Amino acid sequence: MDRQVVSLVLGRLGLALITILIVSFVVFAATEMLPGDVAQILLGQAATEEAVAGLRMAMHLDDPAILRFLRWLAGLAQGDLGTSYANNMRIAELIGARLANTLALAAVTTIVAVPVALFLGITTAMYQGRLYDRTVNTLVVGIISVPEFMIATLAVLVFAVWLRWLPALSFASDVSGLLDVLRAYAMPVITLAVVISAQMIRMTRAAVIETLKMPYTEMALLKGASRPRIVLRHALPNAIGPIVNAVALSLSYLVGGVIIVETIFNYPGIAKLMVDAVATRDLPLIQTCAMIFCLSYLVLITAADIVAILSNPRLRK
Amino acid sequence: MAITFPTTPRRIGYRFNAVGAVALAVILFWAVIALVGPWLTPYPPGEIVDFDYFGPMSAQFWLGTDYLGRDILSRILAGARYTVGISLAAVIIAVTAGVVLGMTAAVIGGWLDTVLSRLLDALNSIPSKLFGLVVVAGLGSSIPVLIGTLAVIYTPGAYRFARALAVNVNTMDFVAVARARGEGTPYLIGQELLPNILGPVLADLGLRFVFIVLLLSGLSFLGLGVQPPNADWGSLVRENIGGLPFGAPAVLMPSLAIASLTISVNLLIDNLPTKIRDRSA
Repeated sequence: MDRQVVSLVLGRLGLALITILIVSFVVFAATEMLPGDVAQILLGQAATEEAVAGLRMAMHLDDPAILRFLRWLAGLAQGDLGTSYANNMRIAELIGARLANTLALAAVTTIVAVPVALFLGITTAMYQGRLYDRTVNTLVVGIISVPEFMIATLAVLVFAVWLRWLPALSFASDVSGLLDVLRAYAMPVITLAVVISAQMIRMTRAAVIETLKMPYTEMALLKGASRPRIVLRHALPNAIGPIVNAVALSLSYLVGGVIIVETIFNYPGIAKLMVDAVATRDLPLIQTCAMIFCLSYLVLITAADIVAILSNPRLRK
Repeated sequence: MAITFPTTPRRIGYRFNAVGAVALAVILFWAVIALVGPWLTPYPPGEIVDFDYFGPMSAQFWLGTDYLGRDILSRILAGARYTVGISLAAVIIAVTAGVVLGMTAAVIGGWLDTVLSRLLDALNSIPSKLFGLVVVAGLGSSIPVLIGTLAVIYTPGAYRFARALAVNVNTMDFVAVARARGEGTPYLIGQELLPNILGPVLADLGLRFVFIVLLLSGLSFLGLGVQPPNADWGSLVRENIGGLPFGAPAVLMPSLAIASLTISVNLLIDNLPTKIRDRSA
């Protein structure tokens, strides 16, 4: 790997760092706008003015916003996530198990979605314009055009109402045995997998088709190579970069998707925790959850960018 | 819009293929409903008209009734103006701001371009649903707040798109000639760049409209959109989600309304006459 590539990648990482700073500022500013005096809310309507003032002092609420921002940022950097306003628990404790649940959901979804999406993306490119391609494409456009909650409601209708294979909306609390785990995960995973596969199929297909326009594929065609051979041996290796890029970008849709899916299926993950925190105006908890989401999103899109740089010499200018 | 449109005469009237024509018809249908929907409702949308809840489709209530026994058809017709209106306002603001900023960055370049691009890229790396959730929760949900938030979320994308197009046009000879004539930035933007990127920008506006409808529906679904007793289509789904285990039309019909609108816009863009689409080349 030459020095130019290294410096480009380092530049991209530096950019990501700057972006994290700006994002953290936006997250902080946005949560600061939440209405109501925190001290007043914590102490309730009956609190005396002195008590409220005392608490404000203790929580450093009277400090300038920029100072509180820097203090919060320093805390984050040292792994101190702060304390929840709502129940005074350490945020790290609140988040721990929830984060593991969400990551499990994301991991299972990825394992299910990526192979299916790549297979469909590559084969539709292979049989571009045929009935198979047009059918898959129509489905994909349909899925991309509708809200996630509609995919979720359709999944419930099909698997719970008509086929009666799976429970409808509740997340099973008494999970015992493999079958129950499967049943509990099935619906959220199906929904999320459908949503991100659609993006992935579209982008993978586009990437393969792009390489099919290259002179060397035409050469292969003129040599008399079969269609699968042209795609698998000539086009695909050259499309690996864009495809990995597409996978990383599609996975970033998980971040938005889990917010809806965890809410609709009552899944005990970090997105549900955050939606609940918004309802209770629990600032530190919202800030931390938002930062976790933004960070994972940023990691995925930065990874996608770096793969693109590594795989495409023309981006190295 | 603050932008001046090109005054050069252009033949109006494009030939659409069948899919594009159907899609256009559906879009126009919802546009008309958004304007006159409240006068077409068979029942007052806020009134309980059925003693039963989650009623099935019937001659009396075409699309069934909701969790309180209100007429779903009436509520969808009345909700169209929220979904379509808010999204349209937001997308126009977002694209106008994005395109003006993008062209300015392309023409002026230098540090302004760098700063704008970095800042908007950073804004773009906040997941849209998350941003909407936090900001709308913070400011409290009202229609201006929704429009503003949605517009802010989709400005960076419009900026990126317009800037990329404008940078290409900016290197063309006729722009250099205009510069040599001593024309100012506003002239370059309005007379030289905009007419040459307008087609793709309009297609982009359609795509962004779809994203905004989806995000608005998602926010409404989370309870942060249009507030009761009014309801856009996303709120209708949220209200009636309890009917899902019985497959009540009250859940399905608003979802179908959203889908018909967004799928039509996507299909229309995919089937736009090449005359409109490919002016960037």
